[in-house]
Amino acid sequence: MRISTFFYTIQQGIVNIWRKKTSSLASVATMTACIFLFGLFYMIVVNFQSMVKDAESQVAVTVLFEPGISDQRIEEIGELLDERVEVSEYKFTSAQEAWDSFKDVYFEGNEQAASSFAGDNPLANCASYAIYMNDISMQNTLVTFLKSVEGVREVKESKEIAATLTDFNSLVGYISAGIILVLLCVAVFLISSTVAAGVAARKEEIRIMKLIGASDYFVRAPFVVEGILIGIIGALIPLGILYLVYDKIIQYISGEFSVIGRMLNFLSAKEVFHILIPVGLILGVGIGLLGSRITIRKHLKV
Amino acid sequence: MIELEHVSKAYSAGVPALNDVNLSIDAGEFVFIVGDSGSGKSTLIKLLLKELEPTSGVITVNGRKLNKIKRRQIPKFRRNIGVVFQDFLLLKDRNIYDNVAFAQKVIGESGRSIRKNVPSMLSMVGLAAKYRSRPQQLSGGEQQRVAIARALINKPRILLADEPTGNLDSNNAWEIMNLMDEINRTGTTVIVVTHNLEIVKAMDKRVITIHRGVVVGDSRNEDGDVSFDIFDEQEDEFFSNSFGGADDGGDAER
Repeated sequence: MRISTFFYTIQQGIVNIWRKKTSSLASVATMTACIFLFGLFYMIVVNFQSMVKDAESQVAVTVLFEPGISDQRIEEIGELLDERVEVSEYKFTSAQEAWDSFKDVYFEGNEQAASSFAGDNPLANCASYAIYMNDISMQNTLVTFLKSVEGVREVKESKEIAATLTDFNSLVGYISAGIILVLLCVAVFLISSTVAAGVAARKEEIRIMKLIGASDYFVRAPFVVEGILIGIIGALIPLGILYLVYDKIIQYISGEFSVIGRMLNFLSAKEVFHILIPVGLILGVGIGLLGSRITIRKHLKV
Repeated sequence: MIELEHVSKAYSAGVPALNDVNLSIDAGEFVFIVGDSGSGKSTLIKLLLKELEPTSGVITVNGRKLNKIKRRQIPKFRRNIGVVFQDFLLLKDRNIYDNVAFAQKVIGESGRSIRKNVPSMLSMVGLAAKYRSRPQQLSGGEQQRVAIARALINKPRILLADEPTGNLDSNNAWEIMNLMDEINRTGTTVIVVTHNLEIVKAMDKRVITIHRGVVVGDSRNEDGDVSFDIFDEQEDEFFSNSFGGADDGGDAER
């Protein structure tokens, strides 16, 4: 390909967009709307998932030991836990620590009452392991295992929370898949109707080009450039808007609903956009490319 | 230069548009192809451009058998044929200069030669002063001259014109035909499809007559006699409508 042809192609792609301002604008708007929705949805989903993961990591299984268990046995149980895939980390709380923390909470401002227990720890048998899991859905297996371990008196699990979180996780998964599917269908439908509207005007142009002796490549290239450019513009606009408003929305939610705000940990803009920007751009370019190729393929056979 | 051997073309199971056509046109000739609407003239042009494939028969253009040309070779083949249409087929969103320059860009001509060739081609067709106008700002005759400039800019060996005067008044029609004649004198083979008998009769060129897909007359084969009998007999009404009764319906004159 000659360099002049390459520049002609790029220039013609831009000129095409400019000449057909209305339909180009419609295509950009369609693309913008779709990618905006996609981005918005993506932001909600990843934040949800990160919050669910957060919540999951707060859920722990507590293991209480038989009375009079030796420190060595407790350490052995710890080593057993090291080998389990379900376990992400575990924390040992001694009887004394348990009592101290209990005192802090229940005898706050009334330390004297607590001191009456001096030398007699009511929680003497309450040394424990708090075990955090990699995946909450593995809780059952872990609990079954723990109950069979020698020296374990009781395993406290939060069955309901685990079940709720597991269900919630798969619900988010299903809803994500569903909405993405609907969004893609809407995008393809809108783009193809925008594209179809432009076809009539270009049909004659393509025929003229072909009769003059233009190669398929020469006819196609400016349209492809046009599609890609529309895709890039149509992706950058919504990504830019989302980027600008993301922090503000989170600030607003945290400020306005301070109770929720403290409970929920939002992802930072950087965490969200380092995936959303490339995905959005690829999506925009892909849809633009597909749209322009479908348009002209039908009309190249002159 | 152009050979048609037993060429037939039928559209989906209908009456054949062309039926067993045999033709030979030499390099440098000026040929009129005449016939009434639906006679198969436009089909013939489309076959020569390889826009359509014949149902049977062999077409040779510039020494190449068209059925041997692969799809991706079609663009290169077409660059040796300039085409002009009744409705000009100019790109309305570009000015005249760009319309003509476009044909050069298509063949990958450099920017420098485009800037040199296009103005001289536009002055040849008498439109140098209007190079920045849009097609819709020009008269029909001027638009057709732009189309001719575009068809000729790549120096084709053949110029095909499909009803080039069909949308023009008599004065403009004559201007265009004189331009075609000039082009022919530079050695380009010119083939004009028309049903403007007034011009055909006056210009004293070879005339091939097609009627219902069959070649019914060729002035070269008949020692220079052009027969318009077929029109007189069957298309009297059509031509009197077309030319406002100006056609006297008489025998061909040369």
